[in-house]
Amino acid sequence: MSVPILNASGCLDALAAPEVARSLDVFVTKTITPEPREGNPPVRIAETEHGMLNSIGLQGPGIDAFVADHLPRLGTLGVDLWVSVGGFAAPDFTRCCALLDDEPTVAAIELNLSCPNVEEAPETAAELVSAARAATKKPLYAKLSPAQWDVAASARAVVDAGADGLSLVNTIRGLVLDALTLRPRLARAIGGYSGEPIRPIALACVHACATAVDVPIVGMGGVAAGLHALELVAAGASAVALGTILFSDPLAPGRVREELRSEAAARGFENALAARSIAVAGFEKSLQIASNSTA
Amino acid sequence: MRRERLRVCGNEAVGPYALVRLGRGGLEPGVPGQFFMLEAPGRPLPRPFSLCTAPPGELGFLVEPLGPGTTTIAELGVGDEIHVTGPLGHGFDLDVKRPLLVGGGIGVAPFPYLSDRLGAPPAILGFRTAFHAEAAALVPNATVVLDPVLVTDALPADPGAVLACGPEPMLDVLAQLVPGPQLAREAPMACGYGACYGCIVERAGRYVRLCLEGPVVRGGTHGSPTSPFLQGTPTRDRVGAPAGQSPAPPAKEHVSDDASSSTVVG
Repeated sequence: MSVPILNASGCLDALAAPEVARSLDVFVTKTITPEPREGNPPVRIAETEHGMLNSIGLQGPGIDAFVADHLPRLGTLGVDLWVSVGGFAAPDFTRCCALLDDEPTVAAIELNLSCPNVEEAPETAAELVSAARAATKKPLYAKLSPAQWDVAASARAVVDAGADGLSLVNTIRGLVLDALTLRPRLARAIGGYSGEPIRPIALACVHACATAVDVPIVGMGGVAAGLHALELVAAGASAVALGTILFSDPLAPGRVREELRSEAAARGFENALAARSIAVAGFEKSLQIASNSTA
Repeated sequence: MRRERLRVCGNEAVGPYALVRLGRGGLEPGVPGQFFMLEAPGRPLPRPFSLCTAPPGELGFLVEPLGPGTTTIAELGVGDEIHVTGPLGHGFDLDVKRPLLVGGGIGVAPFPYLSDRLGAPPAILGFRTAFHAEAAALVPNATVVLDPVLVTDALPADPGAVLACGPEPMLDVLAQLVPGPQLAREAPMACGYGACYGCIVERAGRYVRLCLEGPVVRGGTHGSPTSPFLQGTPTRDRVGAPAGQSPAPPAKEHVSDDASSSTVVG
């Protein structure tokens, strides 16, 4: 049993870099919305001392073009495929999930309930999950924001609404100013903060949710090395996703997988998954994430 | 896509710039105008640089130290090692008749290798100061102009096939003056291989990723606009902005110092 390595949605284009996608256990698409979107105007990214901000704004082809054009090509990659779905109201999630429900190449759907760079849907996360649940039998992973006081309550609500798993965490809103002009460096000022600085935040969210719900958790947030991945597993994750590190190191999936194995072995674990939830008192779970073979 | 850890085998000052030479390892030099992502030690994101020189066994990059990332790369010493990914993107189309290289500031960066591959065609290079213009020594057969004279002032009546790299305003003017120029554009970029969607430029009303569609594009693709918060930055500041490497529009140059967002290719 190994810990699957995924990419964080929006951090890899499998059609532009298929060899990177194939080095993952699961490829997660950039979030697909019902309609095509050009996304936010530039400047969209800004480096910080130890991480980065992005404000891409869900640029994408829309669900119809995705299903007609992108999905057939993604299906030939030979890697498990999850589709990230987003929207601005419950019917958006319903429509996207209904269109993906019959697609055999889609192993699971991740619901982006927490994009920091677009308007939020008026419904609660649980209501959006309910809308998606009604439209598909695919495994549903709810991607939650770390920017909430009680993420465990949110986790319980989305699981009660039908989520099969959690993706933790999305980016957290941040602002970077130009030191000289004191103006925002991003065109839309606020962006999603990612990279190594959010790792303790991700760990806390995974830890809190692992004690609250009994579903698989994909942990992500600042993972740059095998030890970081192992820490997320110890906090309760059963799979780990790579985000910002992919920008600087396209070979990170293979490296992190190898480091994860050796970090676990160095601590006497038979495999990395054996360390799952040991940072969570009194909690035992062993749930596999969805794959094409189990979907 | 290849990524290797390469060793610095030389670092020489060229005016205000540093010509950082790396042992090539297993990386190919690619087509002139393609770019490489260079690790900036201590920074979260790598920086894009077009290849400047390609002597046997080496890859040379011209670096203008403007912010923490470009500074740390410009200050690399012989024996230091950094990760390098590339070559990436689309370079110049070399199948041209009567090529003319037009460059501004650090935008001369891809020209030594390009000139070598094209048989030393004529070049017109513009710089802020005579000190910056020392970089022209890397490009054979070059005519040099200094501020306030612009490269566009020095264009011949029939310029032939223009291959250009430099500040975005310079490229925009060339796109107006010259039919079908090849323009090495620049945009903030985190990954260099289509993953981050940061480096978009506008083409026919659509945002496209410069790292995949460029960095060398034909006229009609518009440079990445500056943040609306930054508009109004004096155009003059933009002249001489690093194009071969990082902070493109100097507005951004200060914005992020090269810190990132202003990382560009060209």
